[in-house]
Amino acid sequence: MAISIEDVEHVARLARLALSEDEKETFRRQLSDVLEHARVISEVDTEGVEPTSHTLPLVNVFRDDVARPSLPTEEVTSNAPWAADGAFRVPRIV
Amino acid sequence: MEFETIIGLEIHAELNTASKMFCGCPTAFGGAPNTSTCPICLGHPGVLPVANREAVADTILLGLALNCKITPRSIFHRKNYFYPDMPKNFQISQYDIPLTADGWLEVEMEGNNRRVGITRVHLEEDTGKSVHIGESGRIHGADFSLEDFNRAGIPLAEIVTEPDLRSPEEARAFMQLLRATLEYLQISDCKMEEGSLRCDANISIAVDGAMGTKVEIKNMNSFRSLFRALSYEDERQRFAIKQGETLVQETRHWDDAAGVTHPLRSKEEAFDYRYFPEPDLVPIEPDPAWVEELRGRLPELPMERLRRFREQYGLSDEIAVMLTSEKALADYFERAVETGQDPVELAKWIAGDLVALLKDAVVPIQSCPLEPRGLGELVALVAQKVISGKMAKEVLKEAFDTGKGPKEIVEAKGLSQIADAGELDAVVDEVIAANPEAAEDMRGGKEQALKFLMGQVMKKTRGQANPEMASDLIKKKLT
Repeated sequence: MAISIEDVEHVARLARLALSEDEKETFRRQLSDVLEHARVISEVDTEGVEPTSHTLPLVNVFRDDVARPSLPTEEVTSNAPWAADGAFRVPRIV
Repeated sequence: MEFETIIGLEIHAELNTASKMFCGCPTAFGGAPNTSTCPICLGHPGVLPVANREAVADTILLGLALNCKITPRSIFHRKNYFYPDMPKNFQISQYDIPLTADGWLEVEMEGNNRRVGITRVHLEEDTGKSVHIGESGRIHGADFSLEDFNRAGIPLAEIVTEPDLRSPEEARAFMQLLRATLEYLQISDCKMEEGSLRCDANISIAVDGAMGTKVEIKNMNSFRSLFRALSYEDERQRFAIKQGETLVQETRHWDDAAGVTHPLRSKEEAFDYRYFPEPDLVPIEPDPAWVEELRGRLPELPMERLRRFREQYGLSDEIAVMLTSEKALADYFERAVETGQDPVELAKWIAGDLVALLKDAVVPIQSCPLEPRGLGELVALVAQKVISGKMAKEVLKEAFDTGKGPKEIVEAKGLSQIADAGELDAVVDEVIAANPEAAEDMRGGKEQALKFLMGQVMKKTRGQANPEMASDLIKKKLT
């Protein structure tokens, strides 16, 4: 299953990645290979088999609704490259 | 051409749990930026979310109240998008297998019932808040944004309706009933102005039964703006169709100050969320016994209570709707009814003067200084003609302002009107004797004379005569 350069550009835009023309071609080939692999797998007869979303034999893992202390404020933004008055600063969005 | 307005709603309600959806951070509203955050809701690498049992229970409860089916096995999905209000770059939500689906809620509109289909009720997490800083103060042209993640991760129930609503009025009535339902279930604070209850709408115009172009409207922060935005959009679309214009499928932003909707830039609409099952959260399979236990917790819901209020107490539609729109108000009324006074009178006092006083003082009914017992006392004083209706208004205001009982106020101020027939009889005789001319005019059928004589009776009793009884006595004696 082949995907187009336009598909690569669309996925790259969704992931906010800037790709060079060479990279686009590389990923076009690699992604096509991945999809080809998926196509092969999809040939397996799955009639009557529920789609598997999780492989763990676990359900209903809950926590009680109890509030715990949050992170100290000075730690919250300590790794942020840009912060002000406890808030994260981010570049203009639009 | 026959036009029909088609509306569907998408409502988000923050659940009032003590802690967030997937971590233990407290859910308090407001507070300094990022004081209620931790590595989980900040999306740090390597952390694991664990679902809040209470939030799941609340959503199931809501599904049951909306006549939905509870899904035997549902899962969470990741909804991927880049926006700084979501620190993980995805939102944990539900996609094709929501917790509950396929229900309905019936709204009564001027005697007509409209059953509105509920497509689904699912559970997700709220996003953070962005403050855009720049000269314009608007999102476009901001220099930078400040991100506060206190709200990120608060459990959010999303309710999606079928396109079953047929007018802006119906949409507003539905939204009010849904708000009341959430309030009765006590699972959300339901404050539209604080954003704990939010509503988006889809609206289109069907022409001669053929589906129209669907427009989504965002940013409606009150029942009033929901109604205004839909009315505006309804008219805009009808006009465009009549002009032969082609409508575009788009998302539009309601500008409350200007009273219009604007299209959002279409680039932002290139949604491709690439949903996939959340690998860090296991499926939910609600134990049927748990669901039954939750069903047992369902209170009497707003519409049931409204119907009962009409039948049991003989209340008018308007007053019954008003009293049942808030659980605490309906509870207040029923506690007042326990005093044995006339329910219709009690309801009128609550829906009229009391609600106005509460609104002016910005006091919730739960903290009303006048207790239901006190209101019963007031209505009894009027029924026994100890005070007039006009005096009662003043007494109510004073009781509300001071927290004193109506009886106490009436006694302390010597307000009680003269409703003793013997006492009043003597006063009326005196007034007639002192004003023979007016008495003669009255016998001659002059309306003016009655007013004059009434004035004299009031003067003599310093305004405390029961007006109805005094007027009857004068008429009896002089005609």
